[in-house]
Amino acid sequence: MIRIPFMAGSLPVRLTWLCTLLTCVCVAAPAMAESKLTKTIGEVQPKIVKIYGAGGFRGLESYQSGFLISPDGHILTSYSYVLDADQVTCTLNDGRRFQAKVLGADPRTEIAVLKIEAKELPYFDLKQAAQGVEGTRTLAFSNLYGVAFGDEAASVLHGVISARSKLDARLGAYKSTYSGPVYVVDAMTNNPGAAGGALTNMRGQILGILGKELRNARNNTWLNYAVPISELTDIIEKIKSGKAVPVSASDLVGRLDRPLTLQSLGIVLVPNTLERTPPFVDAVRAGSPAAAAGLKPDDLIVFVDDRLIHSVNALKELLERTESDAQIRVTVMRGNELIEIPLEAAAPATN
Amino acid sequence: MTYGKKQVAMDRGQLNFVRSLRLHAGWLVGGVLATLSVYALSIGLVSTSVAQESPPDTVPTVGEPPADVLQSEAARVAAAAKAIPSVVAVFSEGGSGGGSGVVISPDGYALTNFHVVQPCGDHMQCGMADGKLYDAVVVGIDPVGDVALIKLFGRDDFPTAEIANSDDVRVGEWCFAMGNPFLLATDFTPTVTFGVVSGVNRYQYPAGTLLEYPDCIQTDAAINPGNSGGPLFDGQGRLIGINGRGSFEKRGRVNVGVGYAISINQVKNFLGYLKSGRIIDHATLGAVVSSWDDGKVVVSNILEDSDAYRRGLRMDDEIVRFAGRPIRTVNAFKNALGVLPRDWRVPLSYRRDGKTYDILVRLTGVHRKDELIAKTKKAAEDEGPPMPGDPDDTPDEDGKEEKEKESKDRKKSGPPDKEAKKPAAKKMPDIVKQHFEKGAAEYVNYFFNRRNQDRLWKGLLAKGDFAPLQGTWTFSGTNANGNFKLELDNKGGSIELPTGDSHFNAETDGLDEKLNPPDSGGMMFTLWLWRKYLVNGQAKFGRMQYIGTAPLTGQTELVDVMDGISQGVTSRFYFDPREGTLLCIEMFPADNMDPCEIYFSDYQPLDGRLLPRTIEVRHGDSTFGRFSISDLKLQAAGSGEGAKK
Repeated sequence: MIRIPFMAGSLPVRLTWLCTLLTCVCVAAPAMAESKLTKTIGEVQPKIVKIYGAGGFRGLESYQSGFLISPDGHILTSYSYVLDADQVTCTLNDGRRFQAKVLGADPRTEIAVLKIEAKELPYFDLKQAAQGVEGTRTLAFSNLYGVAFGDEAASVLHGVISARSKLDARLGAYKSTYSGPVYVVDAMTNNPGAAGGALTNMRGQILGILGKELRNARNNTWLNYAVPISELTDIIEKIKSGKAVPVSASDLVGRLDRPLTLQSLGIVLVPNTLERTPPFVDAVRAGSPAAAAGLKPDDLIVFVDDRLIHSVNALKELLERTESDAQIRVTVMRGNELIEIPLEAAAPATN
Repeated sequence: MTYGKKQVAMDRGQLNFVRSLRLHAGWLVGGVLATLSVYALSIGLVSTSVAQESPPDTVPTVGEPPADVLQSEAARVAAAAKAIPSVVAVFSEGGSGGGSGVVISPDGYALTNFHVVQPCGDHMQCGMADGKLYDAVVVGIDPVGDVALIKLFGRDDFPTAEIANSDDVRVGEWCFAMGNPFLLATDFTPTVTFGVVSGVNRYQYPAGTLLEYPDCIQTDAAINPGNSGGPLFDGQGRLIGINGRGSFEKRGRVNVGVGYAISINQVKNFLGYLKSGRIIDHATLGAVVSSWDDGKVVVSNILEDSDAYRRGLRMDDEIVRFAGRPIRTVNAFKNALGVLPRDWRVPLSYRRDGKTYDILVRLTGVHRKDELIAKTKKAAEDEGPPMPGDPDDTPDEDGKEEKEKESKDRKKSGPPDKEAKKPAAKKMPDIVKQHFEKGAAEYVNYFFNRRNQDRLWKGLLAKGDFAPLQGTWTFSGTNANGNFKLELDNKGGSIELPTGDSHFNAETDGLDEKLNPPDSGGMMFTLWLWRKYLVNGQAKFGRMQYIGTAPLTGQTELVDVMDGISQGVTSRFYFDPREGTLLCIEMFPADNMDPCEIYFSDYQPLDGRLLPRTIEVRHGDSTFGRFSISDLKLQAAGSGEGAKK
């Protein structure tokens, strides 16, 4: 976290940079370009969708952003836990609310396509998507922080593409699944709730979809990025046309040679009989890392690190994506109490 | 400036633009080199994309910026230059903390945040771009709206900000935030950040009931701790808001491109109130609204002793318009309500069974008087030592933890608490002493209240000195039903109406008789109070309090308002802001009763005194009568007959 004590740069340097910033980046004639920009924004905002679903506690927002990609109600958004709800609600710019169907998702690129029953909607034609380069001035549209409700317009931030690069980031303790090219933006675009928003150029042409809140894998700083539409057109078409086989996250697990397992931790869960069996601990193997850490039978696993775990399957999937030597933080519900327990698998030798 | 290693060596204190470039450089192929090329390219693109609509996907070349780019740059520099002189760096006594502000009048009235002023106490010091430090005193605070008015001393020609109409601000307009983030400017020159308006009419929840940001302006111009209370200017350098908070959550208390400014139009509504030296409260309708699935905004709960209820509003009525705005969401309602001070009377339209009703409703306070004072005090204690600004987010659970941690951290390394917490213990400069009076608990500076009371009374006195006229006042003329005759003296009065006669004795009559004639709401008593006020003067009338400015009966113009308590009853006096004459008196027999409203107009001179020739009496939803005075006699002391019994 960046705190005030760091902010001790010498004044002249900062002011010089400030001037540089002003002169070089944010150029527009106040009167004319302003009305042009206002107009562009006015044309884009009706295409932005506010999406509400699962979440709503422990720093997990229950909302995210999306945008219309067909006049018939196809919505492109980020594939996340928010969509993992019985009802995913989409609010259009004019305030109309719809229950959306999740047509399909692609865990590799972490996008999902939703569908609402509506006609003649304003939309981004993905065939007309623009390509950005380093230096392209951009606008980012999203419902960051869930600040807009009903017919209130999405937020807009301005910035510049500072790089086109491959994503090297992590989400909590995990490497992000997507590692393809992204636009890195110099504005604070990827705030809570911004995932799934639209990155456009100054003419309002779509460039990419804003990604999740991720940290740079190397230096732990927050990233601001969008996945270029060109990386997504094929999979979006497949999902729209129903040809995409719904992929579950576990299909991607092959990448890990030695994932973390419940066995190596010494946890036995209740029998997995339901689609969403609550991940109750049935037993803890004596002498196991879980026992040493203080995990007990009847504990309900609620979070792993800061990820909500809603089922036995979800927990297994998550562990399969975790390296066997990783340390994880399990939050369990014991009685009425939430207890946080750090866990690390025993060395393989004790297997 | 070179862009080689020097850039890598720059500390973390750089602006976001620079920071993001640098931080990303770590994982870009080529690291610093890539950063450099990005920088060069961004210049290049600007020089082409603005001049001609070149496709954005081609890599532009670096060249001399075209004329219109230079022009817009010049316009921007001019706008900043115009705005900068009015910006204030606010420091608590001793300089241990502070924030920002902006001067709005040549005599030194300046706006800032309540949460900036609060740790400073009664007085503070303000640095301006001229490099000078000015003493300042608190004038009024609005803890709910997070606004404070202070007054700077030392000049009568302070540079002021041009004030815009913030309802005209559109998303996508360029804007400047100015102030003193991280208390950087030791020479008091404000820091300027530039951005777009990201959203308008935003609603940001209060912390409890304080620090609510309704109808605010959202910007991606960098707003950091220390920017609090500082101005947000539009692209032309005109004041559109007061920066006060941002959304931060997990990213720490620095800019994340989401800052909020209190709209300057909201501040305009409160400015008169703020000049009253009081702790100001916001308004409530006395009803809760919710949205139905079909998008309607309906009344889901209503207090039966609220004015809205008396005017006919009921559960399940659909709110269509409120205070001049269309209401389509709960937030729109909260926005419309949140920008209003208590006691204002505003139009409301509601729909029931397909029929629309238009009413005027009186708003009451969000808090009881003592409650607001207690909360304000408590907030002051919780706040701890002043931070540079402290733009704070909605204190959800996480936020609270964050804040507590933060304040603990601060206590470890920060300035000594006690010194910062008790600035009043320091010697008050003479100029501040001359403009400060402690007053009762509801005031932060009674000096300004008394000064406004005096101003209004003197204005009234200029239109006629009624002190010698202690005798009987007789008014006769006509109303819609025929002739009337009204007599008032020191002890009471009587009225003869075509519908019947009424008498009133101020000393012996109870509340019921004071409400005569029937259906008038207390016309005679109200006029008797009017006479008492004119004859006895402000000092002897009762306890007076300057309230501020408010619209009179649904009109848009704001007029001065003063409350007076006499005979155990509160009366509200409305003054013509230009003429100084009385426009209206409202007499409130009790909190949950409709007042008697008396409107004075058609002022004409009589023996060197201005007196109204038309008196209109309203009560509740109806007009009791409109009285045209054709003959009036005001007798001096001793020459009249006694009060009628």
